[in-house]
Amino acid sequence: MDQFTINLLFVGGSFALYFGIAIWARAGSTKEFYVAGGGVHPVLNGMATAADWMSAASFISMAGLIAAGGYANSTYLMGWTGGYVLLAMLLAPYLRKFGKFTVPDFIGDRFYSNTARLVAVACLIIASVTYVIGQMTGAGVAFSRFLEVDNNTGLIIAAIVVFFYAVLGGMKGITYTQVAQYVVLIIAYTIPAVFISLQLTDTFIPAIGLFSNHTESGIPLLQKLDEVVRELGFTDYTADVDNKLNMVLFTLSLMIGTAGLPHVIIRFFTVPKVADARWSAGWALVFIALLYLTAPAVASMARLNLMTTIYPSGPTEAPIEYAERPDWVQTWETTGLIKFEDKNGDGRVQFYNDVPAFQEEATARGWEGNELVVNRDILVLANPEIANLPGWVIGLIAAGGLAAALSTAAGLLLAISSAVSHDLIKGSINPNISDKGELLVARISMFVAIIVATYLGMNPPGFAAQVVALAFGIAAASIFPALMMGIFSKRVNSTGAVAGMLAGLIATLVYIFLFLGWFFIPGTASFANTPDNWLFGISPLSFGAIGALINFVVAFTVSSMTAPPPKEIQDLVESVRYPQGAGGAIDH
Amino acid sequence: MSDHNNNAEKYWQANLRLILGSLVVWALASYGCAILLRPMLSGIMIGGADLGFWFAQQGSILVFIVLTFFYAWRMNKLDEEFGLQE
Repeated sequence: MDQFTINLLFVGGSFALYFGIAIWARAGSTKEFYVAGGGVHPVLNGMATAADWMSAASFISMAGLIAAGGYANSTYLMGWTGGYVLLAMLLAPYLRKFGKFTVPDFIGDRFYSNTARLVAVACLIIASVTYVIGQMTGAGVAFSRFLEVDNNTGLIIAAIVVFFYAVLGGMKGITYTQVAQYVVLIIAYTIPAVFISLQLTDTFIPAIGLFSNHTESGIPLLQKLDEVVRELGFTDYTADVDNKLNMVLFTLSLMIGTAGLPHVIIRFFTVPKVADARWSAGWALVFIALLYLTAPAVASMARLNLMTTIYPSGPTEAPIEYAERPDWVQTWETTGLIKFEDKNGDGRVQFYNDVPAFQEEATARGWEGNELVVNRDILVLANPEIANLPGWVIGLIAAGGLAAALSTAAGLLLAISSAVSHDLIKGSINPNISDKGELLVARISMFVAIIVATYLGMNPPGFAAQVVALAFGIAAASIFPALMMGIFSKRVNSTGAVAGMLAGLIATLVYIFLFLGWFFIPGTASFANTPDNWLFGISPLSFGAIGALINFVVAFTVSSMTAPPPKEIQDLVESVRYPQGAGGAIDH
Repeated sequence: MSDHNNNAEKYWQANLRLILGSLVVWALASYGCAILLRPMLSGIMIGGADLGFWFAQQGSILVFIVLTFFYAWRMNKLDEEFGLQE
């Protein structure tokens, strides 16, 4: 069987499973559509949350980021898991007790203000739409690489699949599909990692292999990797970082951004009880950690594998001849994600860090520039080929990458459509709409959201790479602080909350725009995006934490100068703090 | 009624203390051991790297898991002790 047929079987098989689940789990009421009826088992919800959370970025890009940055990019590992601690203790149980359907629902009720509700809806939609573009393009790339269709066709296939189960099943369909998608993606991620770990370290658990001895050289794997990259002019893999303030703030921004992302928060509305919401956060973290503990191992092992492929006799010897490059390099060259240019005309592949500090040594070895460019996103996708694994593992990776992208896309689309139908239409425009009518509006807005996401995926705005920073920045600076103050303070009133959200949001947007261009229009940046220009060395990606701080300070200051919230709002705050009396009883 | 309020207030204070303690550990593992204190811990080696590197790529995630389950277990017990469970 050729590789294409195998890929088709794996991807087709997994899709058939998702379709089956979608038909089985149709939503009949708004409660089923928005929160899966509120009866999802905490362990299953943990699994669905893990799939919801782990996107194309986690599955495909994260290991590549860590491989390229080493220790410095551990920020992603800590930032994207540490947020669940905040979610578990500061948000999830209380919002579950509140017992309604959406994030703006809580903000609108708690701050007794339609303005607050609408600001929350706007933040939610900007954060979620920017996020969903990345998922759609990720799915498009996976389709085009593994099923040999062009990018746009791949995107349309992805859109139809998501449309089918998300519009039909709502949260109920999405939840059970996400459980299946989690199983597919974690198996797909783990199997190649286990084989590579066995090959390099004789240890079958990759996370342990990372800290074991490299079998061939007998020295620790990380030490070996440090030595190899150092010989080629790269920074040590385990090297420390100078700008610790920025590293701390970036990690913090990712953490509070994670905790403030609406599509993650609404998953905790689907469990039966407050106690379940607490357990569920723990289970979500366990299922996420299964991938996040493997990712750094994949990163270092893939980096070492790449180096030894190019320098089979060691970094101080001559690199391989281009004519003798392995098959996987040829495969990925055709996609343009690996590029080779023989600058010194010796027919060999010189791969090194082309920086002034390494210039002298490079010249001494007769090198005239780095000749190989490897897109870091391919590390996970090419892993099975690099490790010479059989064809079915490649098919599995294809299905896994698509599962990661589609599960996140579906969760985001649900967050968007519920904000539109529940908060905008029912909450603001037509409060008397019937349950059936609202369900129809929810499905229509989901449909429109899919069309918009597909269109943006096909014509990605020039700023596709920056948008994730934007999503996290907005969630960190506006949504997370508003929710937290709504629960932990009885004093913050509607004026304070709205002022705080706007201040945090605007400060964060302005700081991002200053360095990445106003509204991301190329060439409009006020300052070059270099560490010298950053305020106190804080990068635009790390500013979400500062935005959150501004939000808190402004909200408390303004609240203290204006009248406290009315008695019934203070009672509402009281009621979300105590689990008693929640049940599934609060309906609309 | 005042008894009930008193009870509820105690429950909330206990929750806040638990959150505060947990977040201190959360920050120590990630911002502390993995980032700011890394140079001080560089003498302790673990499998070819220093302890700070281990915390950054593995240790902090494990600490997060333990914390989240510990919090769920403690709080669910507190719910019952104060008679505030569902």
